[in-house]
Amino acid sequence: MTLPITDELLARHKLTRTEYAEIEQILGRAPNLVELGIFSVMWSEHCSYKSSKIHLKKFPTEAPWVVCGPGENAGVVDIGDGLVAVFKMESHNHPSFIEPYQGAATGVGGILRDVFTMGARPIALLDALRFGSPAAPRMRHLVSGVVAGIGGYGNCVGVPTVGGECTFHPAYDGNILVNVMCVGVARADRVFYARAAGIGNPVVYIGAKTGRDGIHGATMASAEFSATDTALRPTVQVGDPFTEKLLIEACLELMETGCIVAIQDMGAAGLTSSSFEMAARGGTGIELDLDAVPLREAGMTAYEIMLSESQERMLLVAEAGREAEAFRICRKWGLDAAVVGRVTDTGRMVIRHRGAIVADLPVAPVSGASPVYDRQTVPLPRPLPLVGESIRAPLDPPRALLRLLGSPDLSSKRWIFEQYDWLVGADTILPPGLGAAVVRVHGTRKALALTTDCTPRYCAADPRAGGRQAVAEAWRNLVAVGARPLAITDCLNFGNPERPAIMAQLVGCIEGMAEACRALDFPVVSGNVSLYNETDGRAILPTPQVGGLGLIEDVARLVRPDAARAGDRLVLVGESTGWLGASLYLREILGREDGAPPPVDLALERRNGELVARLLARGLVRACHDLSDGGLAVAVAELCLAAGIGARLDSAPASTAETGWLFGEDQGRYLLAVPEASVEAVLAEAAASGVLARAIGELGGDALTLGRHPPISLDAMREAREGWLPAWMGETSDAKG
Amino acid sequence: MRAAVITFPGSNCDRDLLVAMQTCFGRPVARVWHGDSELPPVDLVGLPGGFSFGDYLRCGAIAARSPIMAAVRRHAERGGYVLGICNGFQILTEAGLLPGALVRNAGLKFVCRPVRLAVVNRNSPFTAAYGPEPITIPVAHHDGNYVIDPEGLARLEGEGRIAFRYLDNPNGSTADIAGVLDARGRVLGLMPHPERAVDPLLGSEDGKPLFASLLAAIGGGGAHR
Repeated sequence: MTLPITDELLARHKLTRTEYAEIEQILGRAPNLVELGIFSVMWSEHCSYKSSKIHLKKFPTEAPWVVCGPGENAGVVDIGDGLVAVFKMESHNHPSFIEPYQGAATGVGGILRDVFTMGARPIALLDALRFGSPAAPRMRHLVSGVVAGIGGYGNCVGVPTVGGECTFHPAYDGNILVNVMCVGVARADRVFYARAAGIGNPVVYIGAKTGRDGIHGATMASAEFSATDTALRPTVQVGDPFTEKLLIEACLELMETGCIVAIQDMGAAGLTSSSFEMAARGGTGIELDLDAVPLREAGMTAYEIMLSESQERMLLVAEAGREAEAFRICRKWGLDAAVVGRVTDTGRMVIRHRGAIVADLPVAPVSGASPVYDRQTVPLPRPLPLVGESIRAPLDPPRALLRLLGSPDLSSKRWIFEQYDWLVGADTILPPGLGAAVVRVHGTRKALALTTDCTPRYCAADPRAGGRQAVAEAWRNLVAVGARPLAITDCLNFGNPERPAIMAQLVGCIEGMAEACRALDFPVVSGNVSLYNETDGRAILPTPQVGGLGLIEDVARLVRPDAARAGDRLVLVGESTGWLGASLYLREILGREDGAPPPVDLALERRNGELVARLLARGLVRACHDLSDGGLAVAVAELCLAAGIGARLDSAPASTAETGWLFGEDQGRYLLAVPEASVEAVLAEAAASGVLARAIGELGGDALTLGRHPPISLDAMREAREGWLPAWMGETSDAKG
Repeated sequence: MRAAVITFPGSNCDRDLLVAMQTCFGRPVARVWHGDSELPPVDLVGLPGGFSFGDYLRCGAIAARSPIMAAVRRHAERGGYVLGICNGFQILTEAGLLPGALVRNAGLKFVCRPVRLAVVNRNSPFTAAYGPEPITIPVAHHDGNYVIDPEGLARLEGEGRIAFRYLDNPNGSTADIAGVLDARGRVLGLMPHPERAVDPLLGSEDGKPLFASLLAAIGGGGAHR
């Protein structure tokens, strides 16, 4: 039976004529429909990284504490005492735009599986969300659906959602971003990899039954939208967090028995990618018997079974003879389990269905020889730095500060995080809303500091500077709570890479990130790429989302951002030029998005951060905030609100214009609350390290005074910050002090 | 004091409750699987929070019919102590061990935040160690809106069976009820999570007196009635 290869058939499988020719070359014959479907998903952008692969190699991925870098289900870093942290971030952008609740929920489910498939118990989730303009149609529906979906899934599986971010920009009107990061902890000697081994070992399927949902989800995630694409809703999968919870417990229990050789979740491209990836990594073959696969509905074809993206399924290779043990544990947790194949030494994937061989493919080329493109880029125009004098302030600083605090990006995300169970597990030491989240490693004195960061407007203005800044800000956030930054995961969200300007953004951001990772000893250990985030030719802002992880050896050394006290002095670490280009002030107060973003001097970044780390470790600092969106004024306001104390901030130094001093976004800066008695020691240590630090005010009272301007009460700041999101969602704010 | 915590499929606060009990009681606490039909010899049974059976029917409805619940019922009838937190509270109402029901929050959203509570009855074996001042304990639930008919409410109020009331009602509960006792005062169900408030690092230790009260009522030994 030969398959007529029409343009329409290839288009449906998102394969080009050239790619198809390569398939025929590999096989020495024409593929049948099942085989074409397998190539289509394995060679999709989502699974093969064909547009980004050559650039992802630029990331530094090694350090003495890195146990496993990119290429496995998640990255693994050593956190001492025989423990490792396992983490990764992944996007679920396209499905969440089509069906926000299920799209976001299954995004959480997928990233959880990536982590527990490695033998780690998930201990934290973070979500980085980018929405369109608050005025755009459907945006409230998307926000409430995504938030409910993340909560609905994470709350039920019992993994706390401890942090993240949520911002708004019209560039995301047609393509929202839902990036979820999951962190788990495992014993260093119990990390599981997805490498099939042991000829004759059984391949075991456990978890939910296979249905017709999500067929071709991976290829959907590899194409741009047009405005009429809500018809894609049937390709969005439906999540079942209860089954996921059972899977977590069953898999961790199975791993304890030692009967598992390899394990891989069935995520994008389901049974196809899990079986091919395990065989490819192990250098083996697999024989699959699709008649043994637990099915949700009768009459499913081999094509449908292989491409289904039904959720909550795992594929594992067990030790021959120990199947009964595996089945007993699955039965205890009420999960389906079936032997669906065997490991072979042929290097081929042979798939049988209803008595016939329906596919017979060489594993290595399908999995590893996917096309790799060095796509064309164009040089992007670089915006000029703004000259300070050209900026006229239309509002006095107190009013501008209140406006910024109440802007969609800076406003409190309490409405969101109170819908997440951020405390389940009883180890969340720094809750959402303060800065980096801190989660204790259960039963130890250790804790992990976690953050997600990216400033898309910087990346749009200058991809390389923006990429650098995203990494530097994550590093800074971890330093600010007293953690030692260890490594990052990333989610690279961009438009259509076939357009040279988009490709230039992708390459620029990757190169900037790589520079910062190298300079800060902060390697990339896992990640995900999401391209084609555009609708009708309009792309999102380049958004290389960074998820950072740091280690706090002893929770007693944690420096809480809300611990400042009345009488503490404010000390600013780092250099302030009053940089307003591409700042939030410019956008929110002046309605402008021009200018070069603040440069990131990586040597200075490192020197300043290392100084702050030393000051924190010596116990000289009560609270620390890094400076980012909205600059010094916003950092002081956040420090005050966290502690519930007012402050007085000195007037701008003579050399700096007031607007830039208060709202400029120069990088590499920290604001410290220092007990009076330690100020001298702090300034001396800074001077000895060649870092600019100065006392700029003190804490006290119940209002914030900026120089000679009238005081702003804590209540007014709180109201501004807490009010926007509930009001936009059509609810009254119920801010709790 | 001998205590056990039951794990249902979908329980996710079982470990947290077990750890809190062990810390506060200073002795090991048993884990019991929902499919078992007998409890080990214990004074106190803890029903933890979570989403038993996914809460896909009414919250707690399926768990209330798990094999172990017949044993929990016998334990309660004998005058044994039972503590149901969050999903555990929902299971106790579904099992008929406590009156009333827990329905969707009035705001329709899941809500996780520390809430202030008044300890209404300070004479129960669960609350005797509390002082008169309000306490702060986190809630985390989607279905914590306590409903009961007027006669039932009058009985609860008349018999001093309202253990805790919300000072800022987060879910629309009737009469701000956060936790109720059974007629003998030996079964407590509450939506807030005292097991998440026993460690100063987590922001509150106001859950500790609840466990201390139980320890005082039951005694530190291993005696079983």
